[in-house]
Amino acid sequence: MKVGFLTGLAAAILGILSAAALLAPWILPGDPLAMVGRPLLLPFEDWVRPLGTDRLGRDVLAALVHGARVSLSVALAAALAATVVGSIIGTLAGYAGGWVDIVLMRLADAFRTVPNFVLALALVSVIGPSLSSFVLAIGLTAWTGPARLVRAEVLSLKARDFVDACRVLGMPGWQIALREVLPNAVGPAIALGAVTVASAILVETALSFLGLGDPNRASWGQMIAEGRSVLRSNWYLSAIPGLAVVAAALSVNILADALSDWLAPRRAEGAAE
Amino acid sequence: MTPSFKNDLLGILLRRLAQAVPVLLIVAVGTFLLMEAAPGDAVDAYLAKSGGDAGLVAQLRADWGLNQHWTTRLLAYLAGVLTGDFGFSVAFNRPVADVILERAGNTLLLTLGANALALAIGIPLGIFGGKRPGSFKDRAVLSVTLLFYALPGFWVGLMLILAFAVKLAWLPLGGVETIASDLTGLARILDIARHLVLPTLSLCLLYLALYARMMRTGMVEVWRAPFIRTARAKGIAERRIIYRHVVRAALLPVVTLIGLQAGALLGGSVVIESVFAIPGLGRLAFEAVTQRDMPLLMGIVLANTLLVILATLVVDLAYRRLDPRIGQAA
Repeated sequence: MKVGFLTGLAAAILGILSAAALLAPWILPGDPLAMVGRPLLLPFEDWVRPLGTDRLGRDVLAALVHGARVSLSVALAAALAATVVGSIIGTLAGYAGGWVDIVLMRLADAFRTVPNFVLALALVSVIGPSLSSFVLAIGLTAWTGPARLVRAEVLSLKARDFVDACRVLGMPGWQIALREVLPNAVGPAIALGAVTVASAILVETALSFLGLGDPNRASWGQMIAEGRSVLRSNWYLSAIPGLAVVAAALSVNILADALSDWLAPRRAEGAAE
Repeated sequence: MTPSFKNDLLGILLRRLAQAVPVLLIVAVGTFLLMEAAPGDAVDAYLAKSGGDAGLVAQLRADWGLNQHWTTRLLAYLAGVLTGDFGFSVAFNRPVADVILERAGNTLLLTLGANALALAIGIPLGIFGGKRPGSFKDRAVLSVTLLFYALPGFWVGLMLILAFAVKLAWLPLGGVETIASDLTGLARILDIARHLVLPTLSLCLLYLALYARMMRTGMVEVWRAPFIRTARAKGIAERRIIYRHVVRAALLPVVTLIGLQAGALLGGSVVIESVFAIPGLGRLAFEAVTQRDMPLLMGIVLANTLLVILATLVVDLAYRRLDPRIGQAA
């Protein structure tokens, strides 16, 4: 597989962000929300605090690195949960057919008609601000996409010979569905799952921007919101965390694109005609 | 309109209605149970603002009917909705329908504007790339759309405010119109338009990327179809093939996407409306959630669901007009 320049760059950026997220407590130990210096120190003014300090004298770089921890872990967990749950539901609906299919698909319709962000908003305010409530809220809004994709794949796979072969061998229906059909049907859902990571980063940022995040943890959205009050004089306090969000989401999108080309070579060839 | 088209129309309407009823019911009951599970109710949220003693708490719970069992309240609510009564907003102290109708205009203006702009730029952009799949232009379009996908709209909004409202002072900071300006007619319309430039731009980027990508991917698929080879063999000019055949066929999935998008419109505008201080439905949904105003949130969610069902119907009909294969076969 040939790796393009853009894909390599995206992988590098995401690698750095992930390393920062994983190693945050060791590279920049201490509470990122603690006051450490003079407020509103400019970036590069003092090399101990390379990105300066915010309105309350908190280290911007420390908050950024610890914020990566929150954003990336929430996005990854939510996308994973949505893809797994969606794939299982899609397989059940497609394989079982009949009323199981009808009930599950109406449920998916209901989730689709409620605006994702409003649902996430309501869920977070009901469960309370925590990392797990973010994962649950974002995951619950994202499962319908993979469910539909997998269901469509399963419907076309169901009529294949290998399924009949399993049935003749006496395998129980649920085992055929989950062990034999599901693995063959998840390709498109995995590609979608990668894109979901990026959109989950954006939703997480927006929720914490609105002040619904855990107030005891640094997060990118909350940094942008904080910087908003001094936008006129210290615009970089909102700009820097925003750029981090864009870098993370864009890298994920580029990698997701490469992944879906790799998973569906026919499409990639078509694109190169 | 041909008779068969009329019959089709009735059929679609009935089918959609049969699908819509269970969906609406799931949404209504789901939202109700979700808010029911939340710690604290509207009285708590109300007292957090105004203060009051235990007597007032009991009084308000009785007045707002919150002391009844939840099943009684759910059934009463559903019965009300059937007769067009969406209940009473406790946070605004007014009928839910009134509050929603008052705010809906701003959100429709914002979301429809953003979508129109996204279509106007996104479709040509998609065609620009999809004309020659794999070319430099195509890859440029794909890269730009990937970037737009990754931009948080509210942050773009803040940066636009910084550039065009704070630094350059060309456009207003927020709101939908200048307060107490007494503008009328064309002057007022222009004033509102000026206020909506930045929020529309921030909101449209994501849709733009979505439409451009869908258009481009659709064209890539169509290029492979046998009828294009036939058109080439007939010696039809390349330009005509692109616009009359490829673009036309590739527009179909985009039309479907617009319909699917209708449900997400409100969600996208929640944060944008907050950043630009626009009194619309998105911000209303946020206020309803934070103030535990269950009837209001239910009203907004149900109104949105109705909008989605309507949009899907319109898309279904548009599809029939665009795709000659559907309808003829029936």
